[in-house]
Amino acid sequence: MQLTEKHQEYWRRNLRLTAVLLFIWFVVTYVMAYFAIPLAEINFFGWPLSFYMAAQGSLIIYVVIIFVYAKKMRTLDLEYGVEEGDDK
Amino acid sequence: MSAGISSNRAFFNQLRKYYTWYTGGFISFVIVLAILEQLGLPKVWIGYVFLFATIALYAGIGIMSRTADVAEYYVAGRRVPALFNGMATGADWMSAASFIGMAGTLYLTGFDGLAFVIGWTGGYVLVALFLAPYLRKFGQFTIPDFLGARYGGNIPRTIGIFAAILCSFTYVIAQIYGVGLITSRFTGVEFGVGVFLGLAGILVCSFLGGMRAVTWTQVAQYIILIVAYMIPVVWLSVKITGVPVPQLVYGQVLQKVTAKEMELRTNPGEVAVREIYKKNAADAKSRIDALPASWEAGRTAAAKRVEDMKASNAPVSEIRAAEKSLADFPKSADDAKKAWSAQVAANNAKSAPPLPHATPYPTNKTGAAGEQERDTKRLNFLALTFCMMFGTAALPHILMRYYTTPSVQEARVSVFWSLFFIFLLYFTAPALAVLAKYEVYHNVVGSSFASLPAWVAAWAKIDPSLMAIADINKDGIVQLAEMTLGGDIIVLATPEIAGLPYVISGLVAAGGLAAALSTADGLLLTIANALSHDLYYKMINPNASTQKRVMISKILLLVVAIFAAWVTSQKPGNILFLVGAAFSMAASAFFPPLTMGIFWKRANKWGCIAGMIAGLGICLYYMLHTYPQFIQWFGTTPMPKWWGIDPISAGVFGVPVGMAVLAIVSLLTPAPNREVQEFVEHVRYPNLRGDAVETLGT
Repeated sequence: MQLTEKHQEYWRRNLRLTAVLLFIWFVVTYVMAYFAIPLAEINFFGWPLSFYMAAQGSLIIYVVIIFVYAKKMRTLDLEYGVEEGDDK
Repeated sequence: MSAGISSNRAFFNQLRKYYTWYTGGFISFVIVLAILEQLGLPKVWIGYVFLFATIALYAGIGIMSRTADVAEYYVAGRRVPALFNGMATGADWMSAASFIGMAGTLYLTGFDGLAFVIGWTGGYVLVALFLAPYLRKFGQFTIPDFLGARYGGNIPRTIGIFAAILCSFTYVIAQIYGVGLITSRFTGVEFGVGVFLGLAGILVCSFLGGMRAVTWTQVAQYIILIVAYMIPVVWLSVKITGVPVPQLVYGQVLQKVTAKEMELRTNPGEVAVREIYKKNAADAKSRIDALPASWEAGRTAAAKRVEDMKASNAPVSEIRAAEKSLADFPKSADDAKKAWSAQVAANNAKSAPPLPHATPYPTNKTGAAGEQERDTKRLNFLALTFCMMFGTAALPHILMRYYTTPSVQEARVSVFWSLFFIFLLYFTAPALAVLAKYEVYHNVVGSSFASLPAWVAAWAKIDPSLMAIADINKDGIVQLAEMTLGGDIIVLATPEIAGLPYVISGLVAAGGLAAALSTADGLLLTIANALSHDLYYKMINPNASTQKRVMISKILLLVVAIFAAWVTSQKPGNILFLVGAAFSMAASAFFPPLTMGIFWKRANKWGCIAGMIAGLGICLYYMLHTYPQFIQWFGTTPMPKWWGIDPISAGVFGVPVGMAVLAIVSLLTPAPNREVQEFVEHVRYPNLRGDAVETLGT
């Protein structure tokens, strides 16, 4: 079938959301790890910041990323009428 | 559909009721055992009861879930609610390496070990954003199915089958090894017997009911393993910090550990012990330099000592010891070189002060050499994180789980629950490592050999590979340098360190067993399905009846399981390496064709074939030529590491090469046809009205 302009726009917005979340993922993983030595100088509630991030902080952010993705995609599905259910 | 939604809701409520009762029942069972222990039930019986009760429980669930229906057998009928699929994925995911090995690795390597923690959680972001919803929309049975449908023809599917079996088999060996280890440790049976006992446990879960049985046992196993992991850590935290939430407060403990490390670097007793190691290393080195004369002299001296003792009527025990040292003496000058080189390395390693736990990429070297070592460590940290993440988003036994949810949205939510349940264990492991280190540094180091803490003495007696301790400088005080810990002891001994009764040790063993069994189940099922569904049904006999397909799958499951157990009983080396290698291989083979197949319509069959072969090929090539054990097994020629990257992270070359080759070859060959384009559009939208491609099970 031929995709409508609305379908194309849904996919573009999906890609944009994916890119933004992936960028956050990249920063908390690789940028953090790359600069771990200078970041270890910062004290975060008793932990050196880089240790805290690698042991807890990044993990929490990953969980939040996935939560946000699931929620936003649900909204997007409804907005563009590609959600599951009803007509089947 | 509204009837469908309400029946899903009813199913969810029913499941919640079952598992609430189950959790309550399990906790009561532990309490009853604790009371029996106080009444005098012997420890070995507690071990047996835990082992057999939990396996019987899994068997019970397995038998109740038996099925011969294809959709039930392969994808649990596609009606597993997001929350429960999350728990099942958690158990499927967390293996013996996570449950028993992780905290120990963190204890031994400090910050650098956190690469596993980040890698094994961050990978789920990739699963969520790139794979789970799209695979669910595709809605078939296996990962090679996707390759076959997206790229067409049997070649991509065949490579997929090969790669799925290769990485799952490598991984499953590590799991069965873990099962054998736990079974033999807690019941006293031999390792080989333990392996086959564990195998029985694995088979009762998956044999009769396939994915359906595996799903519901995995939920049960998750509950056991998380309870078993948390109780001892919380208790230890209360003992050390007075707060029952170790994850929130161990920052303070870490500061104390760091301060103690600084003190131990210059502590005179520690320095004295290190000097002894240094001297031992120098002695061995001078003997190597004097080969072969030193070997002749050493052997003659050892023989003479036996003669002298016999002549002077020395006590029998001393003669025995002298005879043993003669028998153990290297058989040739070449052997001597090997043995003494190992001594040099071991003593040199022990003569170094402890590396600080909290510091990233620590080194004892100074100046330019130190700088270089730091850079190599950082590079390996990044590479390992990369491989574990992309491997997570490519391992077929995990991706397969997202076929089982009722809808695309449920698949998205299910990844959230998966990571949440995995996160609970992974953010606790670093806390446990720090708490255990605090305990060792403050209550073992500095105590006297005459009154060692009970758990140290007990474990040193049971298993010297986990706890070896000797008064090297003969001052009667324990120095840190005088202890050698095996990583696995951290989780296994935590209940004793925290002063908990033996029943909690049994619980930890049951948790470790649950972790290993659940992962092994998922992996064996993946292998059997690749063979029965992809190879037999899709390629050899497409007319096979559904009963025949399920039956073939069951038979293959049995064969693969027995073969895997046989390989495992040959004790094939380092568990952590095998697990890591499986991740690198999966990442190199599957990540490029799966994601590019969804996000790039231009990717075609030839690109997929070339990309998979190139990615997996380069990964295997690197491992085969840099990992010492593989070099020994396969007789490959060793080569220098590329940029100092460890063999476990070979995927760091495989993934980009695979992607580049896939892209280039696709562009050089004709674009895929209209049908493939429609297929890609089909998987991209949860629901496309008027869509020509049909989704199963929505």
